[in-house]
Amino acid sequence: MTRSFKIAFKIAIILIAALAAVLIASIILWMIGADVGATFYTICIVPLTNSLHLTEVLIRAIPLCIIALGITVAYRSGIINIGAEGQMAMGILAFTGVALAFPSVPRPLLLPLALIAAVIGGGIWGFIPGILKAKLNVSELLSTVMLNYIAAQFYSLCLRTIYLDPAEQGLGAAGTPQSMRLTDNVWIGRISGRLHYGLIIALVLAFLIFFLMWKTTIGFRMRAAGAEARAARYGGINVAFYVALAMVISGAFSGLAGGIEIAGVHRRAIEGVTNNYGFSGVVVALFGGLHPFGIVPASFFFGLLIYGATLAPSRVGVPANIVQVMQGVIIIVIVTAQMVLSNTYFQDRLWRRISHRMKKEA
Amino acid sequence: MLAILTNMLSMCIPFSVALLLASIGEMFNQRAGVFNLGCEGVMAMGAFIGMLIPFAAGGGGAVSEWYNVLGFAAAAVLGALLGLFFGVVTITFRAPQGIAGIGLQMFGVGTAGTLFRHFVGGTQSIPGIPDIEIPLLSRIPFLGDVFFSHNAVAYLAYLFIPVAWYILFKTPWGLKVRAVGTNPRAADSMGINVSRTRYEALMLGGALAGLAGAYLSIAQAKMFSDTLISGRGFIAVALVYFGHWHPLQIMGGALLFTFAQTFQTQIQSMGISFPYELAVMLPYVLVIVVLSFTSRNQTTAPTSLGKPFNREMRT
Repeated sequence: MTRSFKIAFKIAIILIAALAAVLIASIILWMIGADVGATFYTICIVPLTNSLHLTEVLIRAIPLCIIALGITVAYRSGIINIGAEGQMAMGILAFTGVALAFPSVPRPLLLPLALIAAVIGGGIWGFIPGILKAKLNVSELLSTVMLNYIAAQFYSLCLRTIYLDPAEQGLGAAGTPQSMRLTDNVWIGRISGRLHYGLIIALVLAFLIFFLMWKTTIGFRMRAAGAEARAARYGGINVAFYVALAMVISGAFSGLAGGIEIAGVHRRAIEGVTNNYGFSGVVVALFGGLHPFGIVPASFFFGLLIYGATLAPSRVGVPANIVQVMQGVIIIVIVTAQMVLSNTYFQDRLWRRISHRMKKEA
Repeated sequence: MLAILTNMLSMCIPFSVALLLASIGEMFNQRAGVFNLGCEGVMAMGAFIGMLIPFAAGGGGAVSEWYNVLGFAAAAVLGALLGLFFGVVTITFRAPQGIAGIGLQMFGVGTAGTLFRHFVGGTQSIPGIPDIEIPLLSRIPFLGDVFFSHNAVAYLAYLFIPVAWYILFKTPWGLKVRAVGTNPRAADSMGINVSRTRYEALMLGGALAGLAGAYLSIAQAKMFSDTLISGRGFIAVALVYFGHWHPLQIMGGALLFTFAQTFQTQIQSMGISFPYELAVMLPYVLVIVVLSFTSRNQTTAPTSLGKPFNREMRT
């Protein structure tokens, strides 16, 4: 079996998933009596038509990419992180906390400091399920979901109390729960329009993760722990440690994504910043084949879908939730297709048939 | 003080029904060896369809009780269908159950939200189902409020607990379910159809999750919204661990968690200056703490939980 055959095989799985998502979404669109063609045109094509839309797509792709990279590290290490939503919220809180506490520190010092705080905030929120899984065998699926809800409540508690903008304080209950506008010492510069340099950071992080996971010993051990825990343990790898480490890295990436989102786009902590990116990140990671170089295009594609869906209600009268439906279908179909198609017997038979035909033609 | 306590306790039974039904359903799934994390999505779909039928019939006004019954029935059928679908994915195609469950959850919540916005839109309420004051018994002070003045579905749900216990431990089908969840290979060699039994358990579990969702929208909230379920499906899954895969212990867990939740409504209504968010957090924190204490010693867990069964594979 050649390498290109294997890659083509993986791409085929992803295309099948995309097709299934389109099919099921079409059925639901038909049920609510929407114009199916116009809806897909609005979601997938309209955002590409002018630079203003394209900027918005890229802005959404940045956090998706960073979160998906973190989720990949965890997934490859045998632990599924669906707590990115909460980790992102904690990253934002830590970032905002530092920015509010030291508004006068110069930018070259304050921005890195605040981003590190975001990394630590997210990392701690990833460490909790990681250590619970490693030491007490608590299902990470349940603990991360619960931590999402806890983080969401903690987030709005902070916005309503200690982070609350003094200008909103006077308004009492009518005020918006948000922090005051952060000092420009923590802003990330903008390339054009609303597009910020977080884009570069995301691309650099993709290379970094590729290097970490496939070119270092730590990465090898994490992948070994994920591929077959018992064999890894027999090979002298401290599986519990690497599982917890993978979860910390995963959380740290989500936290960083939150920090960058605040520094680049909103420039203040406000409700709704996490925007379901945590769950979408899981889909992006799977859709990108759990590989950094697949995740970069995948995050662009999902940035497109998520932004396109925000256009759908006003243009074609379709609720934005349709994207969540497609994401759910994509997850199910990808994992199913992987299971069915990665059957080695099946793969082998297909390969023999193809190579046989190629020989005949030659 | 007694008034507050009575108030909190009297909310316990009606508010715990959704958790209870979903948990019992999930218990059947897990006893058969399938970890269904999509419970949340099934509940959302059940809640939506359960609310839609009485709403469409009466336009938000009063409707015949039979439309509520029809709503529950539709939710159960839809839940069973989603369970069947999850079975195709995890039993026939042997997809990893955890991540497939997340997919089902997103699909269910997303679809319910999409359809809701089109067919209902906005916050619309329905009359729901009335509480039944059981004659004489409901007039006992304290006990009457706590136990004997709830809606009919709540009573039925609690009557279902011993039934679930009987099905699981005393019927041939229950034995099959436990066998395929514990040692599918042995069950297979005894002539039990492992896939079929797992499918049946998933459909039963799905139907119960659908009913749980419909209870939330028809009887409890009397409306539907995107945040109606808000993690109850996941808590239901956690409760199964907490209850050691046993109906009676699951009931205890459901009551405990509901008590923690009533705390939040109580604080709201009394206007104490305790941060409201901390009260909302409480049940979720409790889940993590409880899981930490119960996950390590998993001697009671079905040994094949989460493992797809393949007849043709040597293990």
